[in-house]
Amino acid sequence: MIITARAVKFGNNINTDVILPGKYLELIDPNELGKHALEGLDPTFPQRAREGVIIVGGKNFGCGSSREQAPIALKAAGVKCLLAESFARIFYRNSINIGLPALECSGISNKTNESDSISVNLKDGIVENHTKGITLKTSPMPEFIMTLLNEGGLIPHTRALIGKK
Amino acid sequence: MNIFEKILARASERKEVSPGEIVEANIDMAMIHDLTGPLTVDSFRKIGAEKVWDPKKIVVIFDHLVPPSTISAATLQKGLREFVREQAIQSFYDIGQGGVCHQVFHEKGYARPGELIVGADSHTCTYGALGALATGIGSTEMAAVFATGRMWFKVPKVMKIHASGRFKKNVTSKDLILRIIGDIGEGGAIYKGMEFTGPTFTNMSIDGRLTVCNMVVEAGAKAGIVPPDNKTLTYVRARTKKPFKPLKSDEGEAYEEQLEYDVSRLVAQVACPSSVDNVKPASELSNVKVDQVFIGSCTNGRIEDLRLAASILKGKDLHRDVRMIVSPSSQQVYSQCLKEGLFQIFMEAGAIVTNATCGPCLGGHMGLLAAGEVAISTSNRNFIGRMGSPQSYVYLSNPATAAASGIAGHITDPNDLRRR
Repeated sequence: MIITARAVKFGNNINTDVILPGKYLELIDPNELGKHALEGLDPTFPQRAREGVIIVGGKNFGCGSSREQAPIALKAAGVKCLLAESFARIFYRNSINIGLPALECSGISNKTNESDSISVNLKDGIVENHTKGITLKTSPMPEFIMTLLNEGGLIPHTRALIGKK
Repeated sequence: MNIFEKILARASERKEVSPGEIVEANIDMAMIHDLTGPLTVDSFRKIGAEKVWDPKKIVVIFDHLVPPSTISAATLQKGLREFVREQAIQSFYDIGQGGVCHQVFHEKGYARPGELIVGADSHTCTYGALGALATGIGSTEMAAVFATGRMWFKVPKVMKIHASGRFKKNVTSKDLILRIIGDIGEGGAIYKGMEFTGPTFTNMSIDGRLTVCNMVVEAGAKAGIVPPDNKTLTYVRARTKKPFKPLKSDEGEAYEEQLEYDVSRLVAQVACPSSVDNVKPASELSNVKVDQVFIGSCTNGRIEDLRLAASILKGKDLHRDVRMIVSPSSQQVYSQCLKEGLFQIFMEAGAIVTNATCGPCLGGHMGLLAAGEVAISTSNRNFIGRMGSPQSYVYLSNPATAAASGIAGHITDPNDLRRR
């Protein structure tokens, strides 16, 4: 799986309250959630993400609440992949579970500027910054997580597990 | 093995596990609430499952938007009630029957030592105070748990926090956990377990331990555990007849990291906007004027917290520019407050008392902040926009500090207020 898109950069400790403020938790429709993605930090984000972007975050990306609506909003807004120095664990699991790839990549923050063209090879753990001509090597996705992503997330995976087609 | 490894080994039917290993474990208890539950049900339907794996192991608690503040919240709750009926889930706490999930869950005896608990809420880690390995998960993950009763875990590395000494007056376990997060940082325990040991934790009440474990997620931890002792067993056995097997870390277990605290010198701490690790002594913040005080939440809405706040407020008036919202964390706590006359004290000071709800803490309902406003809150998060406008500011403290700041009109160390 290789994903290519422009980078949108964020700092350290980007929490789920700024990714999706609590007042929108009663929304269910992903497209409605997507309209408020990252509203707490940058209300123009959904517009900027529309054509498909890769988020490049710092440490502890997605910290805070367990709200799955946070990665759902990002995915619906147009985020193709998340790269960060590290992720908060619930957010990381939620992203993978809804089929939004999230890859830890040490050093990515310092080596990326806003709007750089980035490619991510999840299987081999290779991140390329085409704008800067830099290649970063990180740990490949564990095989079972790769399987989950290839199946489209935890819902199709569990469907298969319990014998539903 | 340490207690985290022992619980995960038991739940995954292995003799031994070690940090970094991925295990597939059987879940002992699972909890959802009114905001993460509807999405769980939605995913459960999409999975195509018909019956939950075990209705006796599922607890449903309405607390975030109760009573419903919008038609859409009411509709979500209606849908969740239907799911509860359809799946014959007995442990259901509707409006008026329970309160804040992280109080009700253990108050009703569902948090038991040695068990593996998941909840569709990040503060599920609270139950570590009773010797369980408890952690928050998302809604779709919960739907898969509902369908299969199983979930994968990475065995965490464990950080040991050892504390000794007695707290000064008006300094509490909240100040200790704020200080710890201030020291290790917002992501300081990311993916890790935190084990709390030493005389300070042994002497600490269950309420105090619940506050500590509630906030480990703010340091990024998977879970926090206070090893179960006689206090734990007394608390749990008074609430459940179900047998359980407490586990403890082996003597001489090596830890990757160990931190030492002497709480006898600790003073009232405050986490300043907009991150929980931005921690300063309350006494250094007297230039911060306060518009709203919130005393409640799954961190500090328990009876001991409300007693402490009342002890500060008794016979005093709130500053004229301050409004105070008090939310007991459960019906049981509410009832106890009534018996002890605490509400009378709050009312006379000029505060309002709400039903048990998460409302103000998450900027859900009952007391949102306008742009430019400042709150001091006994809850656990002060992120941008957490309690209302993205241009509002939240400071986190213990209940004594919050109450004292309400009287002073600005942030103050509660022990300074008394000297005036």
